[in-house]
Amino acid sequence: MPQTPSIDWARVSADPRFLALAARRTRFLWRLMGFSVAYYFLLPVGAAYAQHVFRIRLYGPINVGLLFALSQFVVAWFVAFLYTRAASRDFDRLAREIVDGCVAGSGG
Amino acid sequence: MMHRSFARRLPLAALCAPLAAHAAESGAVSADHQLLTFSVFACVILVTMYVTYRAAHRVHSASDFYTAGGGISGFQNGWAIAGDYLSAASFLGIAGLISLYGYDGFMYSVGFLVAYVTVLLLIAEPCRNIGRYTLADILAFRHAPRVSRVVGALSVLTVSTFYLTAQMVGGGLLVKTLIGIDYGVSVTVVGILMLGYVTFGGMVATTWVQIIKAILLVVASILIVILVWLPYGFSLPAFLADVVADARIQARVAGLLGDSAHGMSPAELGQRFLEPGLYLKVPVDQISLGMGLVFGTAGLPHILMRFFTVPNATEARRSVVWAMAIIGGFYVITLFLGFGAAHLVGPAAIAGVDAGGNMAAPLLAQYIGGGPDALFGNLLLAFVAAVAFATIVAVVAGLVLAAASAMAHDLWIGVVRDGRPTSSAEQVRAARLATILIGTLSIGIGIAAKGQNVAALVALAFAVAASANFPCILLTLYWRRCSTAGIVAGMLVGTLSAVGLVLVSPNLTYPAQVREGAHKVLDAEVSRRATIAAARATGETAAVAVAASDEAALDKAVKKAREDVAKVEGQTTSFMGLEKPWFPFKNPGVVSIPLGFLAVLIGSLLWRDPRAEERFAEMQVRQLTGLLHSPPQKE
Repeated sequence: MPQTPSIDWARVSADPRFLALAARRTRFLWRLMGFSVAYYFLLPVGAAYAQHVFRIRLYGPINVGLLFALSQFVVAWFVAFLYTRAASRDFDRLAREIVDGCVAGSGG
Repeated sequence: MMHRSFARRLPLAALCAPLAAHAAESGAVSADHQLLTFSVFACVILVTMYVTYRAAHRVHSASDFYTAGGGISGFQNGWAIAGDYLSAASFLGIAGLISLYGYDGFMYSVGFLVAYVTVLLLIAEPCRNIGRYTLADILAFRHAPRVSRVVGALSVLTVSTFYLTAQMVGGGLLVKTLIGIDYGVSVTVVGILMLGYVTFGGMVATTWVQIIKAILLVVASILIVILVWLPYGFSLPAFLADVVADARIQARVAGLLGDSAHGMSPAELGQRFLEPGLYLKVPVDQISLGMGLVFGTAGLPHILMRFFTVPNATEARRSVVWAMAIIGGFYVITLFLGFGAAHLVGPAAIAGVDAGGNMAAPLLAQYIGGGPDALFGNLLLAFVAAVAFATIVAVVAGLVLAAASAMAHDLWIGVVRDGRPTSSAEQVRAARLATILIGTLSIGIGIAAKGQNVAALVALAFAVAASANFPCILLTLYWRRCSTAGIVAGMLVGTLSAVGLVLVSPNLTYPAQVREGAHKVLDAEVSRRATIAAARATGETAAVAVAASDEAALDKAVKKAREDVAKVEGQTTSFMGLEKPWFPFKNPGVVSIPLGFLAVLIGSLLWRDPRAEERFAEMQVRQLTGLLHSPPQKE
């Protein structure tokens, strides 16, 4: 398909399916982002202002601080997993529907 | 368990003192094993050159040169991102920080990984769908093209120059410390190799150099960790119990705490190594550092550029997920590299070779391979040294490519030629010329900046990326009202505030403070010599061994203090004419990032841009669907 298909961007952006995708994606992403940022900043804030908590020993020399730092890795990976799952299940499918609709709509 | 660690410490401490003394003169690699080291280096260089030779045949167009024709898979790109991101500073620097300061070093590791959540959720996929070769492509999509290309390119050049200088100077020092070749020679060799890869092989070669380096790095670290952890049956509590029971680590903590260590038992001192506050002592500075890392990575041009090398948004997403797995796995491993080096090599011996702790991982590799006299020990050391060398070349190549694309694609083709290149050949020629120009410049800067304090430059690169690039990209992508005036204001205010604050921060050298610190060391010399003599007099093997390594460290510290005093002789103020820092934090992010965002907001609200608002609908549709450029894959 060497010729550039002309797409009415305003029309697509007002399409209910597109609006639904945009709204779902935005809501999901900013929530995840908010959670990740909040969880991450608990580490420097906690290390600075809650040292007595970080010092509590749980098992042998392993303390709350060490476990919390390690949990950051698990949480980051889990956030990536949640997003990837939502994206490949929902967002990609919705995006494909819109793309197919556009190509059909422009008489392609 | 206690028994074992004690037995292991004995030969080690005896080995460390001569090692530290020797390394100061030549390199960490002894002269007998130079041939071995150079053979390992030659292998790595030959493999990467072969890859470049193959890649050179595939570079025909600008798209091939800048983005490998968009033909890199998500899995390959994930490894390449890891190779691009794990610079010598993070690979050697963090292991070193953990070995010298314990828990606080590990907090850096966390920030470096969490940064990729921002990249994954907000940046990677939209960038793939909107941009072609550069950061400025994204800005120019909605905003006035020439203006946004100029500010975008200038910002990319600023960030890359800071980062490049830090890598060149750090890399030159590293190669010098590791194998003892002259600083200027090693900077030139790194520069020429990198120039060869990028000029001939473009993004294809750069990608493969980064992938090879990432694989080498991961293999080396896993090998070291297995050897360190195996004696403990892979039990974390057993390993850490030995770390906190280590007399040299306890002594290190006592030294760091100073007066507040009085009344603490050795066990408490050891445990303190696993608690925060030994390195990062200013709370707001820690938060500022975290902001710089978490938001700055998403604005680093050489990382952003990697997302243009994959065919579509799905692959961009996959590449971040792979990168997070590799980078995160590596940073978890730094815990063992750092604590292992502290326990087996000893903080004093590590700081004795390099005050920043950069030699922790190489020294650990040598130790677990049997020490400086064993063939396996030197083979491991040579391997780690080769990885470090490949690291510098790979990161520098990525940076030069990003800077060259800003210069050739944005400034030359986009602004001077007004987006209308005469031919595809002209684009490739411009890209190669820009690469040679920037590469040569970086060698020059690297040699000129010899002996300069470059630690601030990495902080500065992240700060500018977080305060200027990140707000501009984010608001361009997600805020309808964002205007050309907004991003010009954001780039200017973000960059100037980050640079300005670092110039008046504690990162610079303040002669009065240097003198004070040096005099403290010199004043304490007599009493410390007495302590060491007393330890020797006890005649206990362990105490004598510890005394030997303490003495080596003290000699080094005294020598450095004398040099420091001589260096600041007759000076009273910093480069900026200040007697003491005006801004209290090393990391400007906490102030400059909000300022950057505020500038985009105010600029956009004051000067509206109807075209930018009109183009928002198209950008939003393209960004979410990949229409016209790279629609999502069908499974």
